[in-house]
Amino acid sequence: MKNYVFLLAALLFVTIGYSQSENKALFSLPEVDIQTVQGERFNTKQIHNDGKPVIITFWATWCKPCMKEHDAINEVYEDWVDETGVKLYAVSIDNVRSSKRVLPTVNGRSWEFDVLLDPNGDLKRAMNVNIPPHTFILNGNGDVVWQHVGYLEGDEHEYIEIVKKIAAGKKID
Amino acid sequence: MMTTLATRAQNFLEQGQVNGNVQIDAQYYSEDDKLGITDSLLNFRKFGLNAFSNVIYTNGDFSAGLRLEGYLNPMLGFDDRYEGIGVPYWFAKYKVGTLEMTAGHFYEQFGSGLILRSWEEWTLGYDNNFYGFNARFSPYKGIMLKGLVGTQRYFWEPYEAGNRGIVKGFDGDFYLNEMFDGIADAKTKISLGGSFVSKYEKTGNVFYTRNREFLVDSIPWIETTTYEMTIPHNVGSWAARTNIAHGGFNFYGEYARKGADPNATNNYIYREGSAVYSTLSYSTKGLGIFLATKWIDNMSYKSKLSESGNPSMLDINYLPAISKEHQYSMATMYPYATQPNGEFGLQGQVIYTIPKKSAIGGRYGTTLTFNYALAKSIEKDSIYSDVTGGVTGTEGYNSNFFSIGDLTYYQDLNLTIDKKFSPKVKAKAAYFHQTYNLHVIEDNLYDDKNMVYANIGVLDVTYKFNSRNSLRAELQGLFTKEDDGDWLALMLEYNVSPTWFFSIQDEFNYGNPVDDKQVHYYNVSFGYTQKSNRFSVRYGRQREGLLCVGGVCRYVPASTGLTLTITSSF
Repeated sequence: MKNYVFLLAALLFVTIGYSQSENKALFSLPEVDIQTVQGERFNTKQIHNDGKPVIITFWATWCKPCMKEHDAINEVYEDWVDETGVKLYAVSIDNVRSSKRVLPTVNGRSWEFDVLLDPNGDLKRAMNVNIPPHTFILNGNGDVVWQHVGYLEGDEHEYIEIVKKIAAGKKID
Repeated sequence: MMTTLATRAQNFLEQGQVNGNVQIDAQYYSEDDKLGITDSLLNFRKFGLNAFSNVIYTNGDFSAGLRLEGYLNPMLGFDDRYEGIGVPYWFAKYKVGTLEMTAGHFYEQFGSGLILRSWEEWTLGYDNNFYGFNARFSPYKGIMLKGLVGTQRYFWEPYEAGNRGIVKGFDGDFYLNEMFDGIADAKTKISLGGSFVSKYEKTGNVFYTRNREFLVDSIPWIETTTYEMTIPHNVGSWAARTNIAHGGFNFYGEYARKGADPNATNNYIYREGSAVYSTLSYSTKGLGIFLATKWIDNMSYKSKLSESGNPSMLDINYLPAISKEHQYSMATMYPYATQPNGEFGLQGQVIYTIPKKSAIGGRYGTTLTFNYALAKSIEKDSIYSDVTGGVTGTEGYNSNFFSIGDLTYYQDLNLTIDKKFSPKVKAKAAYFHQTYNLHVIEDNLYDDKNMVYANIGVLDVTYKFNSRNSLRAELQGLFTKEDDGDWLALMLEYNVSPTWFFSIQDEFNYGNPVDDKQVHYYNVSFGYTQKSNRFSVRYGRQREGLLCVGGVCRYVPASTGLTLTITSSF
């Protein structure tokens, strides 16, 4: 019985500990082997941005809102980088039917951000993505602090507001 | 003692983290005279619910997780054998150095999956996860080895000795530029890979009968002979692959072979299987060119030889469909599904972005996408002149490597133009010309007596009132003289970023040759997003059709009713 009391006390302590920090980490980025858009090996621990925020989006070539989302982000991406130093990794969950078409699609559409391939959904599963598009924002320590499901025209404004708050050490929400 | 425990508990909680997700799809069905839906047709199941939840616990190099699934009852279009609730997927994973071990259920893919791929797709009700042990090990930089042993998921039926096969597999990836320092910075990046997979299935011999008809004194006689087939207990397969990247070029090629595997899909013939899949792309900023080809001969590979049909279960391998997966509903009316017994496929695509501020590109640039896909039969020569096709208990047929047959299974030619006219207006126009062999794709009849030729046009316009409010209109038309005839579809969607959307849609089958089937498939939807929570409600009619993801399709019957979807991640 006493053990439970201690466990409960510990849990309480942790909860208080969390609520005191600025932005609660939802979870840290899982380490999963995926691929670069050229087909080379890439482990997600290589995702970093020198202590600045990172955006990770999940998308697929067959997903209409995803294509709209990335086209929209691409138009403002340079400004985003200049203003906040943010880095975007767009993780394609296209399976082998279309994964080899991702590289020419990305280049053909002149997308400027980094693109990765997750052809069997290993990272998708580790990050509990149900359906694309699904967007995560990571703080400078690589912890996921914000996530968003779906894409509606204009959602990219929301993303950059969150990134700015994180970069400035302000509380999101 | 108490302090230690408390510290431990605290460490356990502080370092460990839990994340997960939930999705609930619920449907309430109504009777609908127009679609001929009555309560008795629905077996009085007015309500369908499919739901899952994943929970993953991670602590450093250890993680464990599970997925709870419930089908109470399964929604229309999902197999009745899914009815129930349980945990079809759980795992524990640990990593020490460069070795990662998984015990429990897992998903894995070797190369492009021609001989092994396990995956899941919720919308299809597809899950062929392995239950067993999986190891990934990197003995040296640039080398990744994988090994696995397991049995596969079959609805809710637990594995028992003999009720399905056991799969073993081994795979290696060799990234040459990582392995050899001398070429680490070379412009050409090469990787090689190979895999071996074996299935063991305890099975008795298969009996089959063959009839011979003949006349004696003008009286017809039938002579029936029963044959006994020896079934191989072990079916092996192997594959080799390479990926070469140089500058803007990227090449991938894989070749696979499978041993004699008489099964329900190939009509129990002994012929060995083979497959080739290769892609080549060239791309630079603003231009992407892609070419793909594949050739498949007798490559159905399942962990139970008598399993076939829909839904597709116990697949060990994955044979991708070669055509492009489209984003618009009319363009997906006639989707292609891979024919595992044999097909040749070809795909080409060019994407070109006309630069901004050029005469043709306009101020904001224009993107053109051209895509062509073709799937045809392969040439099969009968071994026995009196019977065509694969005769049970024989080698089946002869086929030359990479031979192309006369029968067209599918063809799709399409062009899309994306253009932004002003900061407020964006538009997309698309044209598709599709040839769909309905007999081959839906009825397993290998002839050209039911070909559907469809022309499809799409216009998609988005108007932004301001950074948060936008209206999107989608107009589509499908024109064909065959099957269900012509369709027109209109959709209006109002979005308020980042929170909610509202849409109305009507798909009208005005050209159906049967007057009673000229139905309006109307839908009204509403959605609300709050961070990673999403609620959507839809009321209306669902048209009958094939829902496909990655070339695997699920038949969806027509229905009318209310659908509620809740998804959430934490």
